[in-house]
Amino acid sequence: MTLVVEGLSVRYGSFLAVDDVSFSVPPGGVLGLVGESGSGKSTVARAVVGLVEPSAGTITGAARRQLVFQDPYASLNPRMTVGAALAEAAMLAGVPRAGRPAEIARLLDLVALEPATAARHPRELSGGQRQRVAIARALALDPGVLIADEITSALDVSVQGAVLNLVRDLRTELGLSMLFISHNLAVVRYVCDEVAVMRRGAIVERGPVAQVLAAPAHDYTRELVEAVPTL
Amino acid sequence: MARRISPTGLLGAALIAVVLLLAIAGPPLWGEAAARMDTGGINAPASAEHWFGTDALGRDVFARTMVAARLSLLLATLATLLGVGAGIVLGALPMVLGRRGARSMTTVVELLVAFPGLLLAMALAVVVGLGSRGAVLGLGCAMAPGFARLTQTLAASVAGSDYLAAAKVLGVGRRRRLTHYVLPNIAEPLILNLTVSLGQSLLALAGLSFLGLGVQAPEYDWGRLVSDGMTGVYISPMTTVGPAAAICVAALGFTLFGESLSQAASGRRAARGRSAVREHVSLPPEPGAVLRVEELTVTFPGGLRPVRRLSFTVRQGEIVGIVGESGSGKSLTASAVAGLVPHPGTVTAKRLELAGHDLLGLGERQRRHLLGTELAMVFQDPMSALNPALRVGAQLAEVATTHRGASAAQARELAVERLGEVALPEPARLARQYPHEYSGGMRQRAVIAMGLMAEPGLIVADEPTTALDVTVQRQILRLLREVTDGRAGVLISHDLAVVAQLCSRVLVMYAGRIVEELTVEELRAGPAHPYTRALLDSLPTLDSDRSKPLRTIPGRQPGPGERLDGCPFAPRCEAASDRCRAERPSLTGGVACHHPLKTKEAVR
Repeated sequence: MTLVVEGLSVRYGSFLAVDDVSFSVPPGGVLGLVGESGSGKSTVARAVVGLVEPSAGTITGAARRQLVFQDPYASLNPRMTVGAALAEAAMLAGVPRAGRPAEIARLLDLVALEPATAARHPRELSGGQRQRVAIARALALDPGVLIADEITSALDVSVQGAVLNLVRDLRTELGLSMLFISHNLAVVRYVCDEVAVMRRGAIVERGPVAQVLAAPAHDYTRELVEAVPTL
Repeated sequence: MARRISPTGLLGAALIAVVLLLAIAGPPLWGEAAARMDTGGINAPASAEHWFGTDALGRDVFARTMVAARLSLLLATLATLLGVGAGIVLGALPMVLGRRGARSMTTVVELLVAFPGLLLAMALAVVVGLGSRGAVLGLGCAMAPGFARLTQTLAASVAGSDYLAAAKVLGVGRRRRLTHYVLPNIAEPLILNLTVSLGQSLLALAGLSFLGLGVQAPEYDWGRLVSDGMTGVYISPMTTVGPAAAICVAALGFTLFGESLSQAASGRRAARGRSAVREHVSLPPEPGAVLRVEELTVTFPGGLRPVRRLSFTVRQGEIVGIVGESGSGKSLTASAVAGLVPHPGTVTAKRLELAGHDLLGLGERQRRHLLGTELAMVFQDPMSALNPALRVGAQLAEVATTHRGASAAQARELAVERLGEVALPEPARLARQYPHEYSGGMRQRAVIAMGLMAEPGLIVADEPTTALDVTVQRQILRLLREVTDGRAGVLISHDLAVVAQLCSRVLVMYAGRIVEELTVEELRAGPAHPYTRALLDSLPTLDSDRSKPLRTIPGRQPGPGERLDGCPFAPRCEAASDRCRAERPSLTGGVACHHPLKTKEAVR
């Protein structure tokens, strides 16, 4: 089912963080959401998964929406082993107790982690491994859409490559729909089909990635394209 | 996590052990002596036979003190458990209840906290009925609000965490969030507080018994014994002092132990910079070099060497980039130069020269002064470099008054001037604002302005743009280029593209060593070290091939404690040979590799 966001606004007190934003993510599609910090892209993510209450607009389609957070050091319960965290997600997905060990093994395999990782605590894992665990946990729920909120910006460049490859593989293997949030256009270009550019709470430009990057229509998009560091 | 209990903590633990032992062994050992009445020797003062004297019925007070340990400790434990249990339930309820329920619960706890605890305990003890049960109930109820407040405060910090938000998104129910997410993560401070509270309730219960509101005859605890002894305190002081000392010892034990536990848990020791130690004799200085480092090594106890015999030079007018993955030792190298390696790390070097001065030969004060004036550090998180309680202008001015002896008025003027130099709009107005009123990019500009206050010869920037988004990153990099004009700079980053924006020369670090040193032109033309090559290929660019996966580097970097016989990159390198696994290549011709790639190879 297509995720459809229509006329979404989010207000924090008197501050309008998201202002009348509309977009859709078709099944198997990946939409990139780019913009500077404070542009409201993370708030959109939080509204889509129900962590913040929209003040206006509707979000429909795509059941079991899941979010992967930016900071893999903060998004896993430090007191739970990887296995316990995945078992919990499997339980919530309705997997009976007897089927959970097999489900944990399947999830770890999906994100290319060793089966032995299940016995570890988050503090024993690297940033890249933790992010894989967070992705595996989200996948346990068989999400209709996965929202990835800056999932590589806390990682080393070399690890970022591996996580981006994983995201692409999962898309091919599972036909995963994604809302992929980032401030790095080179990353967005690599993963997404379409891109929406946000600034000050509103979408200022939207279109196929190749087209938007080759011929940016909005000044701000142009600025973003120029700001991508290159050798 | 290294946790050490302090000597006072050990003393506390020992005292607790003694009290526990008494509680177990007291009644069987001294029970008979404590009950034996001696009508011939009532209210006798201390003697060799009766160390603490005897009471009004001629019973031995020492024996009674020993026996009373059990009841005193038992009642204190019961009261504390009751208080803590009720407190945690009260404090955790808001997490389970809906929004409105949570709010009213919080208000109730706040009202209860406002009540004086001991008064509440006394009133309750009277209402419930004089005796041990009343005292325990009263005290437990008096302790509950404090613990409820503590639980609420601790739970609030977990409530704001990403992992709890993640649990909500997953669909984890409220009760499970409380039992599996909140409680395990706040258990540690709660247990620490419980230990201290045990000592307090021991004292409070003794107080209640002393006032006649607690334990009633024929039962007796330490408070009761002190109360009984008071009547004859001038004739036989030990009868009172003995049990009173027992109360002090037990309460002190719990308090000392609890305090030292919480200190150990919070990692009390602040990081302090350690000065570098020279390994060998000094060499003559080289003109033109702002920073000269030779064979710099950083060591931590346990055989950890995150930086291994590193040598490099930074000259006037150039910005040198240091690149590597996390754990390569790049940040620690900068810390070693700035004298900021945290305790218990040690820094050794053959040579460490800043602006022509030998850092190794200077005394602590001169060294601090030299670093304060010649070196400016810019960190990843600008908030950590700014004092949130001081206006930005005042913080900048402080640098000028400390290091340049400027007057207050001069310093203020200079601060505004520097803020203008880093292209902050309306510098005079911004100087009067606090750091939290700045955006992330503005804060980083303010930190750079602060670094410029002392007119440094060298600017070291450690991941200065990692926390910023691309548009702001570009502005900050541009600013760094401007302010390093005529000076020297070091830029530390994990991103080769960022380094290429700013630097003329790049040092690639791996496992504490430089594996390649090259100019940015050489980097663009194609690096010689397979590691640099792999780093370059793992970076997505605006024209990388979308149909192919990005290159990744399998395996991981060796840790700072690992002994490395061969090339540290060999286990992850496609081109590694037996020679690579046996013999570590030295840095020759700018590359430490037995099989360097052809340097003329096209980048893409």
